[in-house]
Amino acid sequence: MTDAWAWLTTGAHWTGEEGVGARLAEHVYVSVLALLIAGALALPLGLWLGHLGRGGALAVNVSNVGRAVPVFAVLALFMVSPLRNAGYVPTVTALVLFAIPPLLTNAYVGVREVDRAAVRAARGMGMTGGQVFRRVELPLAAPVVMTGVRSAAVQVVATATIAAMVGQGGLGRIITAGFALYDTAQVVAGAVLVALLALVVEGVLVALDRLLVPRPPRT
Amino acid sequence: MSAPNCLVGNDWICGEYLRTRREELTDALVQHIGLTAASVAIALLVAVPLALLVRARPRLAAPVLGLTTLLYTVPSLAMFSLLLPVLGLSSALVVTGLVLYALTILVRNTLAGLEAVPAETREAARGLGFGPWRLLWQVELPLALPVLMAGVRMATVTTIALTTVGSVVGRGGLGNLIEDALPTFFKAQVLAASVLCVLLAVVADLLLLGVQRLLTPWSRAQGAPGGG
Repeated sequence: MTDAWAWLTTGAHWTGEEGVGARLAEHVYVSVLALLIAGALALPLGLWLGHLGRGGALAVNVSNVGRAVPVFAVLALFMVSPLRNAGYVPTVTALVLFAIPPLLTNAYVGVREVDRAAVRAARGMGMTGGQVFRRVELPLAAPVVMTGVRSAAVQVVATATIAAMVGQGGLGRIITAGFALYDTAQVVAGAVLVALLALVVEGVLVALDRLLVPRPPRT
Repeated sequence: MSAPNCLVGNDWICGEYLRTRREELTDALVQHIGLTAASVAIALLVAVPLALLVRARPRLAAPVLGLTTLLYTVPSLAMFSLLLPVLGLSSALVVTGLVLYALTILVRNTLAGLEAVPAETREAARGLGFGPWRLLWQVELPLALPVLMAGVRMATVTTIALTTVGSVVGRGGLGNLIEDALPTFFKAQVLAASVLCVLLAVVADLLLLGVQRLLTPWSRAQGAPGGG
């Protein structure tokens, strides 16, 4: 641990093309990009399916499939295909694929689990389908949807780390380089950075959740 | 497709590869199954007592669930790496990391399963003179089994996928084959190992579902045939 601390406090390890700064920037870049793409694809679809009450089997099973497929295998398949020459494309594609299941499932389940009585009351007040969705279903589904966003973000940060095992960028490269050099201090230092990043992302999203998502008043 | 020169041509699907490397594939599969089985078994042995402890002492619920969730947030590659100074390049390192992930799922599901036992059932058993252990063994655990087994299935499928990351220390079962194939872009090996890995997850899931049906014959009698 003291060796890892020494590695982390060595200024030279933080700068340059393969320094912590550059690797962190890569990691954040691919993660944010992938989360935005996955959100743009999965959230509208999941919310819409939930509103219609259709496609439940698809929305729920996609999560089971996502769990069974190894991230490392998908990244490796991309890297032995022509995609390997396409810069960040293989990493971002893999991240998007693994971010979609939690987003889609939670968006669907969130809307589906909204109290049917509230939906019927809104209909009875003369709200249209769109109004019911915007004013009733969406606010009530928000906490579950945000849980999906958090799972997806954690998944994305973890997947971006594994990208280093197939030679792609990101903070995981500090770990894999450490393994290649038999440098335990560097491996641990890289792992601490990755773990901290994951925990910070989780923390920020929990804080955002508290700030943005309306909570029913306590009774 | 399966012409003898598919190895030279680096085809995605190559019968020749499957024939000539059968032993290598079998060894990797056996290692994969061993790592997964050990991890899930140990996780279960830790998770059930932990869940019982949390239920007996509700004050422990927040710290225990918080800690396991915190561990679940740490990416797998980082988890294995953090264990390196303690456990070295060993199977123990991979199993320990996998146990820590499986714990989160299993503790949650064990607790949820126990909480789903109807209070009246518990009262009835107590009224019949059941002591706390007999209540647990003969009433609560059997009734918690469906939710508990759902957790075991989820933990097993997750663990099978995560085991591949163990290839970073050379103990990743089928992941080792994927890692070895990368420098030469050996497509047939990457594809075969990946497909085997997913198949293993599907087969394990179905086997555990079968075990669950055997252990809970009453739920079959109640539910619609073929349902669930």
